[in-house]
Amino acid sequence: MSEGHDRTTDRLARALGWASLGLGVVQVAAPGAVSRLSGVDDSARARGTILLVGARELFHAAVLLGSRNPASWVWTRVAGDALDLTALGQALANRAGRRRGRVAAVTAAVAGITAVDMYTAVRANRPHEDRGEDGRDERTMNLHAAITINRPREEVYRYWRDFENLPRFMAHLESVEMVGGGRSRWKARAPLKKTVEWEAEIVEDRSGELIAWRSTEGALVGNSGSVRFSDAPGGRGTEMRVNLGYDPPGGKIGMTLARLLGEHPEQQVRDDLRRFKQVVETGEVVRSEGSPEGTRAVRQLIQRPAQPVR
Amino acid sequence: MKATCWMGRNTVEVQEVPDPRILNARDAVVRITSTAICGSDLHLYDGYIPTVKKGDILGHEFMGEVVEVGSEVSTLRVGDRVVVPFPIACGNCAACEHGLYSVCENSNPNAGLAEKLMGHSPAGIFGYSHMLGGYPGGQAEYARVPFADVGPIKIEDDLPDDQVLFLSDILPTGWMGAEMCDIKPGDVIAVWGAGPVGQFAVASAFLMGAERVISIDRFPYRLKRAERAGAETLNYEEVDILDALRDMTAGRGPDGCIDAVGMEAHHPTGLVHAYDRVKQATRMETERPHALREAIMSCRNGGTVSVIGVYGGLLDKFPMGSLMNRSLTLRSGQCHVQRYLEPLLGRIRNGDIDPSFVISHRMPLEDAPRGYEMFKNKQEECNKVILTP
Ligand SMILES: NC(=O)c1ccc[n+]([C@@H]2O[C@H](COP(=O)([O-])OP(=O)(O)OC[C@H]3O[C@@H](n4cnc5c(N)ncnc54)[C@H](O)[C@@H]3O)[C@@H](O)[C@H]2O)c1
Ligand SMILES: [Zn+2]
Ligand SMILES: [Zn+2]
Repeated sequence: MSEGHDRTTDRLARALGWASLGLGVVQVAAPGAVSRLSGVDDSARARGTILLVGARELFHAAVLLGSRNPASWVWTRVAGDALDLTALGQALANRAGRRRGRVAAVTAAVAGITAVDMYTAVRANRPHEDRGEDGRDERTMNLHAAITINRPREEVYRYWRDFENLPRFMAHLESVEMVGGGRSRWKARAPLKKTVEWEAEIVEDRSGELIAWRSTEGALVGNSGSVRFSDAPGGRGTEMRVNLGYDPPGGKIGMTLARLLGEHPEQQVRDDLRRFKQVVETGEVVRSEGSPEGTRAVRQLIQRPAQPVR
Repeated sequence: MKATCWMGRNTVEVQEVPDPRILNARDAVVRITSTAICGSDLHLYDGYIPTVKKGDILGHEFMGEVVEVGSEVSTLRVGDRVVVPFPIACGNCAACEHGLYSVCENSNPNAGLAEKLMGHSPAGIFGYSHMLGGYPGGQAEYARVPFADVGPIKIEDDLPDDQVLFLSDILPTGWMGAEMCDIKPGDVIAVWGAGPVGQFAVASAFLMGAERVISIDRFPYRLKRAERAGAETLNYEEVDILDALRDMTAGRGPDGCIDAVGMEAHHPTGLVHAYDRVKQATRMETERPHALREAIMSCRNGGTVSVIGVYGGLLDKFPMGSLMNRSLTLRSGQCHVQRYLEPLLGRIRNGDIDPSFVISHRMPLEDAPRGYEMFKNKQEECNKVILTP
């Protein structure tokens, strides 16, 4: 489900962008009114300061709303908050009575906003975390996909349980070899015609229900996976839910792995499952001349013309 | 072999391309004896269906002789004469098991692309964009037919190509359009579009027992053809359709309204047409849905609007209020052709219907570019073009 920066943080950042836009427009359009409301209208410099702050808010809005990756820009707001709080602190120290009350209220509001900005910024900078099934904290790229297969549960389970079948429909796998004792050797295609290999062991196996595996100690590419099988309601076959976790021990390998999975790993897992469904239901991966290799996911985007292959 | 290739908007060329070969064990290769140009091909020709690539072979209405079969095909032999349905369907998935062949869950290798636009993917279709599979089409000398053990129907008697070819698409499509109206005794059915699909919808509605069928178009020669099939006709350039239908049905509105026009409808009022053309050209909407809007507005309270005209994406000014407040039912779909092959072949055999009445032009495959031009611009009273390789 989650890759790279997460969507919640981006959504939060974008909401802050809208807030900046609203505030900025008001400050630039009506600095007088703003200064009265904030209780600083007695100062000669207030209007000018508010105009500048308004312009800065508009800058925040532009970067937060214009960027594809807005979360990474939230630090600009945190910096702005720090300036505002400093200015407000001074204003507070110099005032008394009703004005002081207004300045204090604005200061409290800005402090609250700063907290939200900080939270968002910290979220954005933190590597994405997910809680593993056993409750352990992992720094993992987790992928999830589900599909319904028009076959009995046992049959679907059995086909997956033979890991040697996986490369028939998983685009990035070259081969999987069962080596006995629940262990298997996996070979995956990597960019530049290279391959990556690792060994995996089955950690849980409940016939017709669940298969879970993970790479063994020392694998260059730490990864794990599980498939759950359940009866689809009303005789609709089998519901399958796949979770794959990639647990990069170092950033660089993590990157290699992400590239290995293509630019849209989530999409790729879905396509893998679709091909699994084709194999189980129809006997083969379905090919068309636009993407005759069948399992190569990139072909979906870079198709040949729909003409026979020579 | 020679094949009709899409080379860009409004351009097709007959080119020399490699011969097809078996890619899957359930494939067959067919030597094509007759193929046709469809209104759906015009949507590709005009450039309104996304993900068509330069060089794509067009055509989804074809029949011919089996020349090669894959190792898993036991129902067909080399030499068999077959008509091939346009949706590609596996026969194994839940959709196929329920007769919903045009939404087969396995036949579109590019389902991921279709999902982006439509949420879920329909079946693959011959010669109909990469989003719908990237399969070469049948306006060619040969075609590879996937799931050949499921789709093609064998024609074992001496019925000529002209009579059975349209089983591949437009006859079952017109039939399904009428079937979705659930026709009951006394029903009045209105059909927008008097093209070949509309003409088959008219004929089918009568076969299902409709009391009256009203055909709507602007080309008198097409309306005449519908009239010969028994329909009353309305020319939308001469009368206001909503008023005319209200009047003809004494205020009720037709019980079933069939849209056999689709995404490139024309509008008699220049301004409305221009509005939708501009939005379509700038991709703000992908459709010009005048016929559909009118079908919804015209339909009797509680009636059914049956959409067989093809749409590609998003449309604008959709009269949802009319649909909802008046308890209308909206039904639609690419035709589930496989479902209708046997029964309709039976009706052709026993003389209920002779589909060859829609044919207006025949030409060699090489003339496909001229065929497209004529059919698109409705020149020389063009109604349906048959190409022979
Ligand atoms: N659902 C399916 O499976 C399926 C199969 C085949 C064709 N189709 C679709 O059916 C439609 C018709 O196909 P065809 O081969 O008959 O095409 P066609 O181009 O020959 O016919 C379309 C007719 O609609 C008429 N028309 C245009 N605007 C109109 C309007 N506002 N009101 C009434 N009539 C109008 C045109 O004058 C023309 O005669 C196309 O959209 C095609 O893609 C769908
Ligand atoms: Zn067609
Ligand atoms: Zn199917």
